[in-house]
Amino acid sequence: MEMPIPDPSVLARKDRVVARLQQVLPADAVIHEDAETRAYECDALTAYKCPPMVAVLPSSTQEVSDVLRICHEEGVPVVPRGSGTSLAGGALPTADCVILGVARMNDVLETSYADRFVRVQTGRTNLSVTGAVEEDGFFYAPDPSSQLACAIAGNIAMNSGGAHCLKYGVTTNNLLGVTMVMMDGEVVELGGTHMDAGGLDLLGLICGSEGQLGVVTEATLRILPKPEGARPVLMGFDSAEVAGACVADIIKAGVLPVAIEFMDKMLIEVCEDFAKADYPMCEALLIVEVEGSEEEIDHQLALITEIAQRHDPVALRESASAEESARIWAGRKAAFSAIGRISDYMCLDGTIPVSSLPYVLRRIGEMSEHYGLPVGNVFHAGDGNMHPLICYDANKPGDLEICEEFGAEVLKLCVEAGGCLTGEHGVGIEKRDLMSHQYAPADLEAQMAVKDVFDPAWLLNPAKVFPLDVSEARRAERMAAE
Amino acid sequence: MSAPTSEAELADVVKSATGPLAIQGGGTRGIAVEGQALSVAGLSGITLYEPGALTLVAQAGTPIAEIEAALAAENQRLAFEPMDPRALMGTDGEPTLGGVIAANVSGPRRIQGGAARDYALGVRFVDGTGTVVKNGGRVMKNVTGYDLVKLMCGSFGTLGVLTEVSLKVLPMPETEGTLLLRGLSDAEAVEAMAAAMGSPFEITGAAHCATIMEDGPVTALRIEGFERSVAYRLEQLKTLLARFDAEMTVGDAAMSDRVWRSVRDAELLRDVPEDIWRLSCKPSDAPGLMARSGAAGWFYDWGGGRIWVRMPQGQDLRAALGAFDGHATLVRAAPATRAALPVFQPETPGVAKIAAGLRARFDPRGILNRGLMGPVAEEVA
Repeated sequence: MEMPIPDPSVLARKDRVVARLQQVLPADAVIHEDAETRAYECDALTAYKCPPMVAVLPSSTQEVSDVLRICHEEGVPVVPRGSGTSLAGGALPTADCVILGVARMNDVLETSYADRFVRVQTGRTNLSVTGAVEEDGFFYAPDPSSQLACAIAGNIAMNSGGAHCLKYGVTTNNLLGVTMVMMDGEVVELGGTHMDAGGLDLLGLICGSEGQLGVVTEATLRILPKPEGARPVLMGFDSAEVAGACVADIIKAGVLPVAIEFMDKMLIEVCEDFAKADYPMCEALLIVEVEGSEEEIDHQLALITEIAQRHDPVALRESASAEESARIWAGRKAAFSAIGRISDYMCLDGTIPVSSLPYVLRRIGEMSEHYGLPVGNVFHAGDGNMHPLICYDANKPGDLEICEEFGAEVLKLCVEAGGCLTGEHGVGIEKRDLMSHQYAPADLEAQMAVKDVFDPAWLLNPAKVFPLDVSEARRAERMAAE
Repeated sequence: MSAPTSEAELADVVKSATGPLAIQGGGTRGIAVEGQALSVAGLSGITLYEPGALTLVAQAGTPIAEIEAALAAENQRLAFEPMDPRALMGTDGEPTLGGVIAANVSGPRRIQGGAARDYALGVRFVDGTGTVVKNGGRVMKNVTGYDLVKLMCGSFGTLGVLTEVSLKVLPMPETEGTLLLRGLSDAEAVEAMAAAMGSPFEITGAAHCATIMEDGPVTALRIEGFERSVAYRLEQLKTLLARFDAEMTVGDAAMSDRVWRSVRDAELLRDVPEDIWRLSCKPSDAPGLMARSGAAGWFYDWGGGRIWVRMPQGQDLRAALGAFDGHATLVRAAPATRAALPVFQPETPGVAKIAAGLRARFDPRGILNRGLMGPVAEEVA
């Protein structure tokens, strides 16, 4: 993966930059020794590593503002970091950058059940947002698999989704307001505690901008009352095509489950081994979850079961208890770690129209044979968000490169099928150079124009999202200006 | 007026424009700006509809009625419940998809199902230089690059002229029912609506009207879903709200449909002489805001989070309220009010700077619905 050559003039100013940062932050919040900056050398895309020049851990919006103002004045690139769980390399440093970690900012600032929101500092983890309100019967809906560790800051940067977004939407649908620090240190408030902020939808623009437009330090999140109940049903089929047809029929019938998850045989095996959820052994497994009152759940599951029966399932089983439901979900949510126990892997994230599922799965199978690397498939079938997991051996020279080539082919296939490169993980560096497959030059130009407005000097996370050759002129302008 | 029939023609019109353009869908929302009218109505038709994937793609000038009819044939719908503004605004013509998205028009179901912007999956638009841009796509989850789809939603044509929109659609519920509570004060009603929306019974409409109805205040709560579930939840809701000591009645599907159409289209305000404002606020602030508004009347939607307000002509609701968490839009007004007050709440300096910067990049000549959402970008010589 190509990254820009570190700016020697920035590296030469390291001592001065560190000294200035130390003037505005406590000593333990400025990390600049080589042995210590290494802790920030990568995120969850571990194939790529590069220690930053400096890492800082501010504790307040004011400190974030001070840091950004200094970096702006010094012309130092800044890479924002939540918990470092990005699978796309969104928080991968460059050698000439300051990593700005928000992990120390994790307070709950305000909770209102009457108006159903919670305002938090963005270093707070996703699951602990729900943790702060669940005793009172509320939850925060977006639930990425990494929710135990991932921070709200990163969720906003990547517009994270989760298994239950078929019903509840993704981060952008659950965000009411933010406090954001611009690259020059100015603090702006977008939205608030009300619905639909006035003026242009800048909140929608920030969400998913991968830390390239500003650093969000506080967020007002919508919370929802917990449903009366929820129950998953497991359905096994002897082919992915049949499972896909069943999904389409369920949706067409007017039932809207909160989640429809798909696993293929390889994933069923590794997840079962890991979670002991008593998954049926078959070619294609669906976990379909519905919510509501007992009666509503029974009614919906009766409809769903009737539809499934028409597709000759090899297994069909409703969860019989809360414990069993928890195990069923534990298996699914552990899919990435479960496969990580048996192999190095690369997790893709393309989304396709649901109707193309059988075709795309068949093509991925053919590619797997062609490239000689096994693939497991686990994904959100209701919304077409695929997660092919390509297994490779990091210790075998050349294997990573083959895996990446294979991955790129799969993502191009997703675009050709009418879909997109990434459904919830973000572009980062991983899919950066494929952007031109999805977007024409004018489309990318319009997006880069937005960055020009928020960050004219292209200092925030500059080497991400846009193909390096496409953003080169803008980044070069910054270097020349120094 | 120019009325192109293809995206390429429309791009040519914008590219060769020598002065401001007033972008029009069906012309039903009473948006008045200077410039030569540019109608998008000629770009019409559904181009793709996959019920099993819950997605529909249509050209921007497609009438909403045509889309709703196509969806109804598959027992699906636009879940964000867009308002039909014709009665309130006294306009005719056909509300279009482009207009609904450009104005981010959402109805009572906003509180549970989301806004128009939450259902927009992809757009194609022509920017102020005549360049065609696409963003998003037709799949439900997409974080590939910046979300210009959201930026276009609610930009009222000031950043680009929409030519095509892809939407997420949802199944139609089996039935609906509405619980009516009579006699609550504004404060009690907002509390009751909050209690209902904080319950697991999935309230899809929460409105209250004290000052306009002749037979006293009425609060309405809607539930949608399978028949038995709706009946069960309405009963549960009655128990939950018993402490408010209001007279409670349940309206059937037909009555519920009438109530929410009326709320959606602000029908109660159609023939009144005052200026009409729409307020977005924190629901629990609503009664206090109205107490100091000097308004002649109002009703609450979104549990109090949206307030439709009747203001005596020419009076500035924003000045009466002072600083609050939210914003006020001047929806319908006498010409003198229009001349004196902007349509949209003025922005804070930081936000205004970003918005002006975006307009300058997407519409460098300042020709698209010029001045509608803020100061005009510098003219390019």
